[in-house]
Amino acid sequence: MYRIVKKQVLNPQVVLMEIEAPAVAAKCQPGQFTVLRVNEQGERIPLTVADFDREKGTVTIIFQIVGKTTMLLADQEEGGFITDFVGPLGRASELEGLKKVAVIGGGLGCAIAYPQAKALHEMGAEVDVVAGFRDKDLIILQDEMKAACTNYYLMTDDGSAGEHGFVTNKLESLLKAGNQYDVVIAIGPMIMMKFVCAVTKPFNQKTIVSMNTIMVDGTGMCGCCRLTVGGETKFACVDGPDFDGHLVDFEEAMRRSKMYLDQEKAAIEEYKKSHECNLMKGVK
Amino acid sequence: MAKANMTPTKQPMPEQDPMVRRNNLKEVALGYTEEMAVEEATRCIGCKNKPCVEGCPVLVDIPAFIELVKERKFKEAYLTIVATNSLPAVCGRVCPQETQCEAKCVRGAKGEPVAIGRLERFCADWYMSNIEEEFEKPVSNGHKVAVIGAGPAGLTCAGDLAKLGYQVTMFEAFHLAGGVLMYGIPEFRLPKAIVQKEIKGLIQLGVEIKTNMVAGKVATIDELFEQGYEAIFLGTGAGLPMFMNIPGENYNGVFSANEYLTRVNLMKCYADGFDTPIFKAKKVAVVGGGNVAMDAARCAQRMGADEVYIVYRRSEVELPARVEEVHHAKEEGIIFKLLCNPVKVNADEKGWVKSMDCIEMELGEPDASGRRRPIPKPGSDFTIDVDAVIMALGTNPNPLLRSVTPALQTNKWGCIVADEKTGLTSIEGVYAGGDAVTGAATVILAMGAGKDAAAAMDKYIQSKAK
Repeated sequence: MYRIVKKQVLNPQVVLMEIEAPAVAAKCQPGQFTVLRVNEQGERIPLTVADFDREKGTVTIIFQIVGKTTMLLADQEEGGFITDFVGPLGRASELEGLKKVAVIGGGLGCAIAYPQAKALHEMGAEVDVVAGFRDKDLIILQDEMKAACTNYYLMTDDGSAGEHGFVTNKLESLLKAGNQYDVVIAIGPMIMMKFVCAVTKPFNQKTIVSMNTIMVDGTGMCGCCRLTVGGETKFACVDGPDFDGHLVDFEEAMRRSKMYLDQEKAAIEEYKKSHECNLMKGVK
Repeated sequence: MAKANMTPTKQPMPEQDPMVRRNNLKEVALGYTEEMAVEEATRCIGCKNKPCVEGCPVLVDIPAFIELVKERKFKEAYLTIVATNSLPAVCGRVCPQETQCEAKCVRGAKGEPVAIGRLERFCADWYMSNIEEEFEKPVSNGHKVAVIGAGPAGLTCAGDLAKLGYQVTMFEAFHLAGGVLMYGIPEFRLPKAIVQKEIKGLIQLGVEIKTNMVAGKVATIDELFEQGYEAIFLGTGAGLPMFMNIPGENYNGVFSANEYLTRVNLMKCYADGFDTPIFKAKKVAVVGGGNVAMDAARCAQRMGADEVYIVYRRSEVELPARVEEVHHAKEEGIIFKLLCNPVKVNADEKGWVKSMDCIEMELGEPDASGRRRPIPKPGSDFTIDVDAVIMALGTNPNPLLRSVTPALQTNKWGCIVADEKTGLTSIEGVYAGGDAVTGAATVILAMGAGKDAAAAMDKYIQSKAK
């Protein structure tokens, strides 16, 4: 059992949890992920490490409420426990020697990109962060990100905060202005990463993406996280999750991510129903 | 000694009706009653040479336990088995006895051999349901060892070392111990409650099992030595699934057998209240001819498929699966497409599998494996309509640990190089066994390797202590 040391609602859809897992905290690096199960009957889901504290022995995860399991996880309280928490899995991001980097975070992707920006900033690299959200209510980790970069650019789809537009608009203008980066790190929904790659490609700008695929074990055993990179099949869990974005077959990856969409929808409905019932039980 | 029962055939094993069991996950083979077991035991003539024992990778004293069954001393029979085999309820069910102990039985020369496997299973089941287990925790010898991977090899190694007084810590990557016994072999062949009961026995012996620990990620070999473990056993298995590298293999609806079986067996996707999803396929092609292919096909049927095919490139005699599994699969209505190889998976416009192109094969000259090489018949292409394809082509050892342990010598297939008798690897104090060394093989061979390594690790630590 793994204790939830801290729980913080970052926005109506995004929750932060600090989990007591000393073995994972001792070893994890930016870019790596964990697999957790909320309870004995739960499914295993991968979540990227958002932060870690080796001394406290805790790992921070930040997740969006998208399915039954994340709903169930969000319903767990501070001080409570989750059944399983395994990691650190996947390869750490290769950050060594980078001098100038653009970190592009889309929505929840900012949480996953944060430890990389922070590590790069601590290494003394020049870090441009472009953070994009649908609107001002969904903004997360603004202060943290600002403290972990040289320039922070905020974009919202509706213009309710920061600049009006997508992360790709800002990135393109930065590249057009002559900025050259050792690497652009793009983390967010697959569709965003795909468009970021489309923007950087004409500039021949090396771009690394973090592939958040469906997984079961996370250790190379099931192969359901497989994707095509440069014409070869790779496993996101052991070969990644970071890949050269210009080589990733995003169409295939986006299609594969919909493998269990119908079952997920049904599970959400069922959870909502049973959850309401439970709430009603308390009403006298 | 009483005159042996010379009936040429085994006591038949009671089984669930095929048309009933294809819709449930309950165990197929129901097990002998006491009467059946005693009757079968009388078929053993108690020959002097005991060839059956040589056929057993863990050298169970087979004639001795069968003699005790004859005398209805079931508890003593069980204790005779566990003197050398720590997982009898498992072995009685999934060992390929027909190529091991029973292959050597003299009764097999005329008629069927003694049903050694069924008797082993009977003893284990009888003991589990009749005896309140009386585990005596062995006296500690003060030495610490680590076992990585809680599958058949690791569990056996841990059990043997614990019995010798070692403080054994196991590191398991999954949330439950058991390895392939939990995620791979289905409930209807090996009930999970039995696996967990065997594991509970180890815990009572004092073995500590740390789940959710991916060795190589949370701790390297060197770090384990620094933590005071004096010897380490690697039983990390062969978990990396192979694919065919044919076009269309990444379409939605193509699965590795590992993924499919893990969702069913370990994650219990079919059970009420469990959250892991499974793709509800109607027509399924399972590619491969081993036990894993049979398991995947029979699971797919139980998950509600209307038609399930086994697609295998050689002929029936070359099927690597146990004859019993093939027989059970056929009884349940699995359709065998033999001498047939997939060449391409096709999908609809949204990328979901709709069919698979295959080509007929014929057998040519024997290849390096000694089996006749399958050769495509030109112009024999055909298509089968399926909405799911499960690849059961075999597995390779997981590279996770070796990738962070450069000193650990492996061969070109990624298998750990280990001494055949002792399991010693290229690193002093580090032993290995099971599928991690041999590539995908059987439960009992892994157990045999775990046993040999335990003896060698004991010798190593004791010689160092002097």
